[in-house]
Amino acid sequence: MANPKSAYSVSSKKEKSDTHIIVVWVDNEAGVLARVVGLFSGRGYNIESLAVAEVDAKKSISRITIVTTGTPQVIDQIKLQLKKLVPVHKVADFKRNDKGVIFKEMALFKVVGNNTKIKKAINACKKYDAVILDKTKKSNVIQITALRREIDKMAKNLRKFGLVSVSRTGAVAMTRGDKVFN
Amino acid sequence: MSKLYTGAEIVFKCLEDQEVDFIFGYPGGAVLPIYDELKNHNTIKHILVRHEQGAGHAAEGYARSSGKPGVVLVTSGPGATNVVTALTDAYMDSVPLVCISGQVPTHLIGTDAFQECDTTGITRPCTKHNWLVKDIKDLSKTLHEAFRVATTGRPGPVLVDIPKDIQFAKIGYSKPKVEKRLNGKSLNHFSQKDIDTLISLMNKSKKPIIYSGGGVINSGPEASNVLRELVELTGFPITSTLQGLGAYPGDDNQFLGMLGMHGTYEANNAMHDCDLLINIGARFDDRITGKIDEFSPKSKKVHIDIDPSSINKIIKVDLALVGDVKEVLKGITKTLKKKNLDLKKSNKQQIAKWWEQIQKWRTKNSLHFKNSDETIKPQHAVQRLYELTKHKDTFVTTEVGQHQMWAAQHYKFNKPNRWMTSGGLGTMGYGLPAAVGVQIAHPKKLVIDIAGEASVLMTMQEMSTAVQYNLPIKIFILNNQYMGMVRQWQELLHEKNYSESYTEALPDFIKMAEAYGCKGIKAEKPDELDEKIREMVEFDGPVIFDCRVDPNENCFPMIPSGKPHNQMILGPSEKEENKITGKGKALV
Repeated sequence: MANPKSAYSVSSKKEKSDTHIIVVWVDNEAGVLARVVGLFSGRGYNIESLAVAEVDAKKSISRITIVTTGTPQVIDQIKLQLKKLVPVHKVADFKRNDKGVIFKEMALFKVVGNNTKIKKAINACKKYDAVILDKTKKSNVIQITALRREIDKMAKNLRKFGLVSVSRTGAVAMTRGDKVFN
Repeated sequence: MSKLYTGAEIVFKCLEDQEVDFIFGYPGGAVLPIYDELKNHNTIKHILVRHEQGAGHAAEGYARSSGKPGVVLVTSGPGATNVVTALTDAYMDSVPLVCISGQVPTHLIGTDAFQECDTTGITRPCTKHNWLVKDIKDLSKTLHEAFRVATTGRPGPVLVDIPKDIQFAKIGYSKPKVEKRLNGKSLNHFSQKDIDTLISLMNKSKKPIIYSGGGVINSGPEASNVLRELVELTGFPITSTLQGLGAYPGDDNQFLGMLGMHGTYEANNAMHDCDLLINIGARFDDRITGKIDEFSPKSKKVHIDIDPSSINKIIKVDLALVGDVKEVLKGITKTLKKKNLDLKKSNKQQIAKWWEQIQKWRTKNSLHFKNSDETIKPQHAVQRLYELTKHKDTFVTTEVGQHQMWAAQHYKFNKPNRWMTSGGLGTMGYGLPAAVGVQIAHPKKLVIDIAGEASVLMTMQEMSTAVQYNLPIKIFILNNQYMGMVRQWQELLHEKNYSESYTEALPDFIKMAEAYGCKGIKAEKPDELDEKIREMVEFDGPVIFDCRVDPNENCFPMIPSGKPHNQMILGPSEKEENKITGKGKALV
């Protein structure tokens, strides 16, 4: 049945979904990522991308950056549920269009073809801080850092220049200025 | 150098420091070192169950009736997987459990060893937190942390998985100081301003209602006292969820009975029509709200809860007070008294009309049923059981289904911690092992499991536990030969296609009782019921009571799925015109 009106549905009033970037500081211990990711899958929340690494080796704290979409109510629940997890220290939440926050993703493109094609590919990447990481007569590995949709676009555009492989990270985020999230 | 202890010894040292008296468990290969150590610790008594699920539910019964955390000890693999249902049940109903499970030795983890399973992986979504102890140095800290997590904030189950080599390994033990690793998860987040806002809402309200839940019970007996004081001070009507029964006296005039799917007509209509709804320690569960869009449409809503994630999860509220129910309620009553606001007097006029309306709803007598001289009506059986046991401080557990709702409707509780039932998860087979745990905690008290014949067969093996430990639990089976609630839904929703809800071959419960070494009693006619119940209550030992009831009785009143509170079915005569149609059928 399409969209059954459930006795325990949240609300039939359609609220607008927004893309949010959730940043979670956690104790870097076994299974902590499974707890966070399991919470998302178990409660039916969406994960668009995920980036995680230890940021404080002394205190053993990892920073998890999750891009997700949801109505304000769902985003609130995500934050509150995350805060209940024992290894979670703090949770921050930014809207995708927040001007006060920098979002970046990184991608590696392998381009195989003749010299002209490769040059064209490098040219196209230039405005995204392109770095050539590997170079042979027939191929190049190009690294760019950009926004998600820009990388989406590049991945599409580079196909005609011999793009054979794409590898990309999830988004990472940081506030602008001297402010630190506490 | 300080004395060295094995991991198994440290487990017991921690349990002793946590003042644990009872463990519910079942031995196996991966916990043998811990079982070997048991003999050296005579302040801790081990209760041997017959199935690990039974250990979990018994620990739940123990915890809910005593307010102390229940402790479970199981082996690796099947021991751990068998306890998952009980852990999930405890998680849904916020019961503090500490489950210790054995694990294969660390060097075998991940090799698909005998009786190995990914216990922490399996139990991650059904515990508040769990730990795999891979280093003996972490063992005592982890165990103490486990007790802290299980019992603070919103209580819940935790699991500590201990590999066998860690149980043998040796290390020194020192009582760890209480480690405050709250990670910013403090409990009370309400201010005096919030309380003042609430009191001004209470002053303005013409149609108030208090809706209290299991959080009041979890907050301790004192919370129930303050709740009673608040209700007395304000003169407001109060209704309760299934889990909150007993926090407020069930026979008091201000109590409207249970609300929700099988709640009373007056409670549900009051919820629908009120202008101020004060939720105290409940979570707007779907059995309570009915259709969300039409839930209490005209009211200002206030929510008091210890768990911030419960606020605005289902129902958006106007005012939230995050904190321990006892503390919040104390703040409210204190302010009420300080301001010398005698709400009862000043509000009397204001809410007099509201009480008049409630009295009108009450005259519907929604718990009414047609009694019979021929067959025992299940509601009548519960009423008689109540009348004949209410003078004692009786503890009641239930299984899940029609009998559970009849027990909630017709058995009235006056004290908290006297009513143990599986609400959130709805686990058939909960009541019998829970009764074992309750009786362990209260050896001199009368403990009755109001059961259905289908549910009780799921964990019947625990009768053997009851006999072993001389636990005089009374299993009062309302035997209608059907999975009654399934049959009722099939009648209402599936054109009486009673698919697989009739049990064609039931055991002879009398012989079964005798086989287990306890007493069996059977009642078939209404006129022999009282005498047989008395016989059950007076018998000093476990009893299985086979109460043969009308197999066709349905549980009313009922809010059909997908309907709001003010559209209840009151009885069998009404169900035709209020048929569940279309989309309502898809609901659980």
